[in-house]
Amino acid sequence: MNPMNYIYLSCILFSLGAAGVLLRRNAIVVFMCIELMLNAANLAFVTFSRMNGTLDGQIVAFFTMVVAACEVVVGLAIIVTIYRSRRSASVDDARLLRL
Amino acid sequence: MSLGTSDTLVYLIAIPLFSSAFLLLGGRALDRVGHLIGTAASASSFVVALIELNKMLGRDAESRGVTQHLFTWINVGSFQIDATLLLDQLSICFVLLITGVGTLIHIYSISYMAHDIDRRRFFAFLNLFIAAMLLLVLGNSYLNLYVGWEGVGLASYLLIGFWNQKPTYATAAKKAFVANRVGDVGLSLAVMIAFVQFGAVTFDGVAKGIEAGSASSTALNAMGAAILLAAVGKSAQFPLQAWLGDAMAGPTPVSALIHAATMVTAGVYLISRSNFVFDNAPTAQLLVVIVGAVTLLFGAVIGMAKDDIKKALAASTMSQIGYMILATGLGPAGYAFAMMHLLTHGFFKAGMFLGAGSVMHGMNDEVDMRKYGALRKVMPITFATFGLGYLAIIGIPPFAGFYSKDKIIETAFNAGGSKGIILGCVTLLGAAITAFYMTRVMLMTFFGTKRWDSAAHPHESPWLMTVPMILLSIGSITTGFIFSNGDRLKNFLAPVVDKHHHEHETELLAPIVVTGLAMFAVAIGISIALAKYSRKTIPASAPTDVTVWTKIARRDLLQDDFNETVFMRPGQSLTRVLAFLDKRVVDGAVSGVGAMTLRLAGDLRKTQTGYVRSYALLILLGTVAILAAILVVTV
Repeated sequence: MNPMNYIYLSCILFSLGAAGVLLRRNAIVVFMCIELMLNAANLAFVTFSRMNGTLDGQIVAFFTMVVAACEVVVGLAIIVTIYRSRRSASVDDARLLRL
Repeated sequence: MSLGTSDTLVYLIAIPLFSSAFLLLGGRALDRVGHLIGTAASASSFVVALIELNKMLGRDAESRGVTQHLFTWINVGSFQIDATLLLDQLSICFVLLITGVGTLIHIYSISYMAHDIDRRRFFAFLNLFIAAMLLLVLGNSYLNLYVGWEGVGLASYLLIGFWNQKPTYATAAKKAFVANRVGDVGLSLAVMIAFVQFGAVTFDGVAKGIEAGSASSTALNAMGAAILLAAVGKSAQFPLQAWLGDAMAGPTPVSALIHAATMVTAGVYLISRSNFVFDNAPTAQLLVVIVGAVTLLFGAVIGMAKDDIKKALAASTMSQIGYMILATGLGPAGYAFAMMHLLTHGFFKAGMFLGAGSVMHGMNDEVDMRKYGALRKVMPITFATFGLGYLAIIGIPPFAGFYSKDKIIETAFNAGGSKGIILGCVTLLGAAITAFYMTRVMLMTFFGTKRWDSAAHPHESPWLMTVPMILLSIGSITTGFIFSNGDRLKNFLAPVVDKHHHEHETELLAPIVVTGLAMFAVAIGISIALAKYSRKTIPASAPTDVTVWTKIARRDLLQDDFNETVFMRPGQSLTRVLAFLDKRVVDGAVSGVGAMTLRLAGDLRKTQTGYVRSYALLILLGTVAILAAILVVTV
């Protein structure tokens, strides 16, 4: 199978994720879309590793997974805290950080 | 000339300086004894000077100068300036005059200022004046001299404006200070030229540098002109003479101190001290002569028109200092005579100023001579001492002024060529005018009829005031003979100011002819004054139906008007323009940048919506843009 197809898939997944981050209001969904973008990147890494016959891309993919796991912890904690204080998980409601 | 060392020179300056600081810091507790401390300090300094003179006369003529190294003032790499005092034949003349006449003026002031609540402060300033002037004449380099020079400027400012509760007096002090600043520019230029040309600022170093020929004649002329500018400012010579008349705002002893012992003599000292510069800078020397000649007539003309006794004396100082400056401009032949006139003038002018103070003291501080008259009977001692000073200043033999002025006139005639004839005639004319206006002062003050105010009860001054006047009048009688007998002062000063022993053999006129001419000029001056002021009664107010020339002379020959039109008004316009430019252009640019930043920030702030998703969109767009840019650059 042509490895370029995986790259196309990765691009599609990344675009879906980016669109989700920009369009959805629910923090949980935005969060899942970020995970989708990270995994799209992972897919691209692994594919490149395969195409080049080196292991670099696979190693980076593992790093990304670790970062994503940490991010999940911090991100969920923030979402839970915001939900507790505002009774809403909409990202548009939390807009106090402006002048 | 080899120089010895001495450990005692510093006391000359230190005693009055510490006394001044002590009196100023001591506060009201010292009010009762302040005048005594001040006088004692000045007298001790005089005693030290006498001891130094005695030591100096004990050495042979070529090694009379002594130095004292105080400390290293500036030490940068190979460049080093020491604070060193130098006492040679030239300095000792000044030191004795400053401390001697200064002490007499201190004694006089005890009584003159007795009723002033600030007498302690007055004596502190007098001491400061003495100390600064001593530093001026004792410094061994132009830079050390500069310190004293500025100190004198400060002390004169403080003393002229001593009664600064009166705004006009405060303005007079400011005027003197500003005029002096203009001259100081000259001195600092001279220091810079000396440093650039010779790498040294000591008198010795500059003299050696000139001898080695390490400076072009242009540089020497420029340095001479700069020194002359400094001297012109400090000695109230044309064209910076305007401050001297207004400086009469100070208490009369201050006028005596400024005019006789300190301050105005500094310019003559500076030029005499810089003789090695002027002897090699003919253009600058010619300038000196011109300044001297112009001022000598300028002051004399002003003196003729003044009704204020102190201002008439001030004008005469200007004129007499003009004589001295002229003499210094005549080269090696003139320095000694300039010094001689300076010393004799120190005695008779101090005596006359103290006499004027004594008259004012008796006449409720009235200064208008038209309100005096017939004072010789009620103030016999003042009359006698003032009269002796009068005879000395107009140059009647055998009084002091005769010897010194006669020598200057003689030297002027012998300057050679048409220059000699012009200068000789100018000095003779000056002598005649001096005789005229001083006779006028005498007649209006001490002779004629009483024109006193009804409130005036003139009386002789107390002994504390008359004793200094008597001592100074003795000086007015004797000093001329002592100095000129056998060319004593000239030979004494020769190692400093006439190192190469120039002999002026060319004599245009025999000395006896010059003396005869001078006597003739003086006689004309006196007889015109007698004809004008002793026959007719003197009107109580200055006559108004006078020629335009008299009016101009009364206005100090328009010196103030000239300064006002040429310097003050354009200066004011310039400052107005600069202030406008500063406010609109400089400040406008600065606050414009601030205002623009503020407005820009206000607009950019609106992009901070607080919506996370819009930030995310911007991040995405930014990333895409960067990637696109990289793609465009690499492909």
